[in-house]
Amino acid sequence: MENQQTVAQIKDLYLNFYTYDGVVKALDGITLDIKKGEILGLVGETGSGKSVTSLSLLSIVIPPGRIEKGHVEINLKGKTYDLLSLNDATMSCVRGKYISMIFQEPRAALNPVYTIGDQIGEVFFHHRKAELIESAITQLRMDLETASGLKAAIYKRELSLYEKMRDDPKSRTVWLAQKIPIVNRFRNRMKGAARRYIVDMLKSLNIPDPGRVIDMYPHELSGGMAQRAVIAMSLSCNPVMLIADEPTTSLDVTVQVQILLLIKDLQRRLHTSILYVTHDLGVVAETCDRVAVLYAGNVAEIAGVIDLFKKPLHPYTQALLESIPRPGHKFVSIRGTVPSLVSPPKGCRFYDRCDYAHDRCIHVEPELIEVEKNHSVSCHLYYGET
Amino acid sequence: MTSTKRNESFRNRLQPTIKELKFTLTRLLKSPLSVAGLVFIIYNIVIAVVAPIIAPNTSGVRMLDPYKIPRDPTAGYWMEPRAPTSKYLFGTTSAQVDLYYGCVWGTRFAFQLGLEVIVSTLLIGLILGLLAGYYGGFIDEVIMRFTDIILAFPGLILAMVFVSVLSKSGWTTINAAILSIILIGWPGYTRLIRGEVLRVRGEDYVEAARASGASDLRIITRHILPNSIYSVIIVASLDFGSIVLTAAALSFLGLGSPPGYSDWGRLIFDGVAFASNGFQYWWTFMYPGLFIIIFTLGWNLLGDALRDVLDPLSRRK
Amino acid sequence: MESLMTVEDLKKYFPVMGGVLRKKVADVKAVDGVTFDIYKGETFGVVGESGCGKTTLAKTLLRLLSPNAGHIFYNTPQDVAESIRSLEKDNPKSKTLKRLLKQYDHAYASGSRLRKLRRHMQIVYQDPTTSLDPRMLVKDIVAEPLVSQGLQRGGSTIGRVLETLQMVGLTEKHLYRYPHEFSGGQRQRIAVARAIITSPEFIVLDEPTSSVDVSVRAQLLNMFQDLQKDLGLTYMFISHDLSVVECISDRVAVMYLGKIVEQAKTSELFKNPLHPYAQALFNSIPVPDPTRRRERAPLSGEPPSPVNPPAGCRFHPRCSLATNTCEREEPPLVDVGDGHYVACFAVNR
Repeated sequence: MENQQTVAQIKDLYLNFYTYDGVVKALDGITLDIKKGEILGLVGETGSGKSVTSLSLLSIVIPPGRIEKGHVEINLKGKTYDLLSLNDATMSCVRGKYISMIFQEPRAALNPVYTIGDQIGEVFFHHRKAELIESAITQLRMDLETASGLKAAIYKRELSLYEKMRDDPKSRTVWLAQKIPIVNRFRNRMKGAARRYIVDMLKSLNIPDPGRVIDMYPHELSGGMAQRAVIAMSLSCNPVMLIADEPTTSLDVTVQVQILLLIKDLQRRLHTSILYVTHDLGVVAETCDRVAVLYAGNVAEIAGVIDLFKKPLHPYTQALLESIPRPGHKFVSIRGTVPSLVSPPKGCRFYDRCDYAHDRCIHVEPELIEVEKNHSVSCHLYYGET
Repeated sequence: MTSTKRNESFRNRLQPTIKELKFTLTRLLKSPLSVAGLVFIIYNIVIAVVAPIIAPNTSGVRMLDPYKIPRDPTAGYWMEPRAPTSKYLFGTTSAQVDLYYGCVWGTRFAFQLGLEVIVSTLLIGLILGLLAGYYGGFIDEVIMRFTDIILAFPGLILAMVFVSVLSKSGWTTINAAILSIILIGWPGYTRLIRGEVLRVRGEDYVEAARASGASDLRIITRHILPNSIYSVIIVASLDFGSIVLTAAALSFLGLGSPPGYSDWGRLIFDGVAFASNGFQYWWTFMYPGLFIIIFTLGWNLLGDALRDVLDPLSRRK
Repeated sequence: MESLMTVEDLKKYFPVMGGVLRKKVADVKAVDGVTFDIYKGETFGVVGESGCGKTTLAKTLLRLLSPNAGHIFYNTPQDVAESIRSLEKDNPKSKTLKRLLKQYDHAYASGSRLRKLRRHMQIVYQDPTTSLDPRMLVKDIVAEPLVSQGLQRGGSTIGRVLETLQMVGLTEKHLYRYPHEFSGGQRQRIAVARAIITSPEFIVLDEPTSSVDVSVRAQLLNMFQDLQKDLGLTYMFISHDLSVVECISDRVAVMYLGKIVEQAKTSELFKNPLHPYAQALFNSIPVPDPTRRRERAPLSGEPPSPVNPPAGCRFHPRCSLATNTCEREEPPLVDVGDGHYVACFAVNR
């Protein structure tokens, strides 16, 4: 996995929240990169900025937040695009198609009044309409060969409508045809095509009886199935990158195993890059290839998963690993609390909780330095060791 | 020794409440609409309080009921409304009724009526709503069916029916009007409080109190009541305006105060006979109408602002 | 070890109403015949996934819910328990039995006796935001159990409240504040103070650290252990976080769909789970060691609903060892030695 291409990178991202209590400096210069086909774990506690970072990859910044400076770029087909500079319309073509996201609560991500099929179909219609039209046209051509009389006449009209849709999507005829009640039934062919794609996808995600599930409503599904439906929605366009924000935190542990295996399977089969945001170090050890540890808006350490667990360099990472419960030992916690992000300390933000802190740590913010191959850390203990 | 401790505990108790009040006030004063509402209400309160001073009884005739508009017997007698003059600041409506006196004292009357109705409906609604919500079952069903019956009818029309029936049974029309408005108002509060009680009843802290051995009465008074009345207070303040409006409507239909009473609705009714002449006698409805608008608007604005500010659960995260 | 609480064949069903006339059509069998002991001074862990009935079990033990059947013997001497059992078998309608049950069986307690018993058992909830009355001062929240039980009046309560707050690491300046002014960890401490103020013997901890940050978790768990040592408490620790349960419990029971399927000393259970469900459960804990990644076969299917549990052994539709017997009969909980109980035909052949 030496010279892997990078699929996306975040360069020096600064993000602030302008609240009643003051300016919350949530992200303080985040630099990350995600390589093709890898699972990058993003680890951090509440307030570390991991959710905000993952949302900014989709250029979703919820007010009162604002990105102050920095770049969020993806590399597609050899060209690099700065996502923060794209306007909303272009960005909505990127979201769902090239980068998609799944969230912690599957049932909150699904609209309760639409069936699963409708919701996954929505993604298809938005991004892969051309394929659906083509598929409908192919099917029509086949039907025309065997039909006769009135049916043939109807099919011929349908075919001409579809071809017009493909060639000149903004034509008046198409627009009109979609408005008239019975005539607009011609779209059912596209819906049928979409349905076939969706059933295939549900099957590949190990959802039993996909033909029935496709017509079910979200509340009729269990947590694990709902999360799989959400994954199906996010994968319908074969995105280059998938962002998973704590997708298994609200699920039972036996269901979590199923979902994690599913995610690894996706990585293997589709070479999707996955950014896995979590606070559970066990999941990280089981699933991720590389890990980035965030603390209070900074990247504390980035390393391969084995290096991180066997040779943690940043004191925060070391403290995190020590706090994993071990039978027979007292529970170990990290002393102190996360600093206020409204008035963060001038130097290293981990200063007051660090056992190795010294003078330099109070005044100067540490930078992310690559100390060993593929192992970067932002800590003054390694200052001068490149 | 114990008395100083008690004083200290009282002061300590007061402190967080004061902090909360200060927070509420600053939030209230932030929105221009809520400031406007507050101004209107304060204006109304002031007028109601100083009514005897700014609109004294100058007719020389002693009135037992200060709300009955006094008529100067020496000034002669005329039927049709007279335009505003220096003696009659807002003019008169039919039968020499002094609009100025009526409007000013009408403010006091509106407050009195509104308070009577609100307090009664809140009390009834609280008791019935708490019983229905906390105990459920048969009591709940019975109470809810009664509220259903009353809510099935359009409020004003039902009130009119009540007033007609009650006044035939010997009630004075004003008291009949007040009672009718109470009768059409209590179901709404009962349902509202019942809903809140149902919500609070399922909360963990209520169960925790039960696990500590708290009696039903303690749970109701210490936990359920304080947590369910906040939204009701907001509705009550919004309602104040509409209660006065309903009373004015009843009086406007002749079913409220007797003639020559300082009730805004009644004053307009008294001028209705001359309304066919268009705007010729504009002062007969303009002044009472303006008073009604300012009163109702003030309460509506305040109620809206209170809703945004009062619920501590929704404002802090 | 002395048994503080003995639970026998406890059942709690919730009726499902349906139809036009809203009659009972089915039961949600949340707890369906559970038997175990909790010894004085131990931490008894209960694990299981959503829908297994662990929270219902806890609330039924505390009589926040009334059981449909079964016994809860609290602090009952051995001989009394024996005589109750023999009376039930031989003479179920005897008056002595009724008297003994009313006196010793927590499941039948009512009125003032129940209120007195509530002094001895308390609960700490999962979410400290909803378990504290948002409109009460901390002082009143913590003092409430004392007042409800009539244990103390007036001036002396505040002394006791302060004492208790200090035990959980809070101070005097926290007394006159509202819960929303505190962080999640502090709120949980307030909830614990409320639970220990009547000097109870038994406390149910229902996922007490699930809603707080990871860094606060350890502090709370250490506090629980210290309090247990200082006050001689007995805990029932319910959690779905198996690694925490492993560290804090002395014995653990695994529940599935309303029944206990396996129960043993903690180290024994985690080292050597025998029931297929317990094996799958422990197998699915992610291990924080990337060099020990296992290729695991996940458990097939989803937990079925407790309204229509499968006939016979509840687990048989998802079990790889299921036989014909498993489809017909329910396996009993059998002692396989050293306090290790398993309910499985395949294991107990």
